[in-house]
Amino acid sequence: MARVALVSGGTRGIGGAIAKSLHDAGYKVAAVYANNDEAAERFHQETGIAVYKWDVGDFEQCQDGIAQVTRDLGPIEILVNNAGITRDATLQRMAQEQWQAVLDTNLGSCFNMCRCVIEAMRAGGFGRIVNVGSINGQAGQYGQVNYAAAKSGIHGFTKALAQEGAKKGITVNAVAPGYVDTDMVRAVPENVLEKIIASIPVGRLGRADDIARTVKFLVADDADFITGSTISVNGGHHMY
Amino acid sequence: MPRLALVTGGTRGIGAGIALALKDAGYRVVVNYHSADDVAEKFTVDTNIPVFKWDVSDFDACREGVKQVSDAHGPVDILINNAGTVSDAKFENMSEAQWHRVLRVNLDSVFHMCQQVYPGMVEQKWGRIINIGSMNGQAGQLNQVNYVAAKAGMHGFTKALAQEGAKHGITVNTVAPGYVDTYLMREMPERILDKIIGKSPIHRLGAEAEIGHAVVFLVDEKAAWTTGSTVTLNGGTHMY
Repeated sequence: MARVALVSGGTRGIGGAIAKSLHDAGYKVAAVYANNDEAAERFHQETGIAVYKWDVGDFEQCQDGIAQVTRDLGPIEILVNNAGITRDATLQRMAQEQWQAVLDTNLGSCFNMCRCVIEAMRAGGFGRIVNVGSINGQAGQYGQVNYAAAKSGIHGFTKALAQEGAKKGITVNAVAPGYVDTDMVRAVPENVLEKIIASIPVGRLGRADDIARTVKFLVADDADFITGSTISVNGGHHMY
Repeated sequence: MPRLALVTGGTRGIGAGIALALKDAGYRVVVNYHSADDVAEKFTVDTNIPVFKWDVSDFDACREGVKQVSDAHGPVDILINNAGTVSDAKFENMSEAQWHRVLRVNLDSVFHMCQQVYPGMVEQKWGRIINIGSMNGQAGQLNQVNYVAAKAGMHGFTKALAQEGAKHGITVNTVAPGYVDTYLMREMPERILDKIIGKSPIHRLGAEAEIGHAVVFLVDEKAAWTTGSTVTLNGGTHMY
């Protein structure tokens, strides 16, 4: 039977492309979203992918939500932690709420979601966890102390959990996208965006599908020797 | 007048090594601590370094604490975010409280403390911030998903704030120690300690003073072109 995959932030942008790509590859997919009912409904209509609404920054909502998905589709064997937000400000203007919201949604969510699926993965002797990091977590970014800390925290989270999951057939990897043509990036002022594109060796923004195909590669059954790894998908924008 | 350095978690272990190294290098030094009054009392008697008590995981306590430091000694020119804690557990046994405690003390504290001192550094067009990361934040570690995520997050924080601080003469760097011979290590069973030492090509634990030496190097006037960087000191245990 097809494996069950859960994608957070999965109805739009990079997450939407990941959910679709896994769906097309034959997985049973559930997509979680937080706010935009209209986009979620449209996504569900277009793709037939089941959508669920909860806040991944909230531990109890994750417990309830994952219990519901498990009842509907079966135990989750593939988890893609993609949900993320930005609340940009330079440090001296950043409110504590901006720090906390980004840390909770982008990093706390990895704990919440993984914690709620890990027991079933261990019991099943199989699991694939892919955490979506960011080029800005690797390279840092002006006005994003909160976002860079959270995303780079994801990379640490990945490496620690990879060590623990290894002998239970659970792989944990990170994908670190560069600038991808999504709503989040389209919100960047045009003159800034032009500068960004000029500094990408491949000469274009990423496409959501560039990320999705990488996730699909990592969650496959035969990717079982890849764990604790980060795959950067950024058009050569930052290499290290 | 020599520059003023503030070291969090500075009355014992690596923090004390840093405080002493800075004092020996001619800086004015104050240290923060949270819980062990007897240790702090002995430290200040032995070293003549003033100690201040507050909880760096509490934003308001940081504001109050830094104000007290500044009222007594002037603006903080050099901030060493060293305070940290562990609460180890296998991921499937890790409680939400363990996750939050470690994230608050190790990562949120960096935000809290930097926010107090950064505006003053911008104003005077000079500042040095050193965040004490960890080899485990780079390499991952069993039973430390919380600690590794927090320490890795610190590396992202460093790189983002380094970008912001650059034009104000503020450098932000990370020092990532491996296993250092502190009071914490002395509590470890000998057989585990032997294993840890066996993994280092140099075949010994690090010394507190060696971490202090690296910090002194980075806060120097002449280190102005080193920013967003990580100095790793782990006896060659993990290289990348």
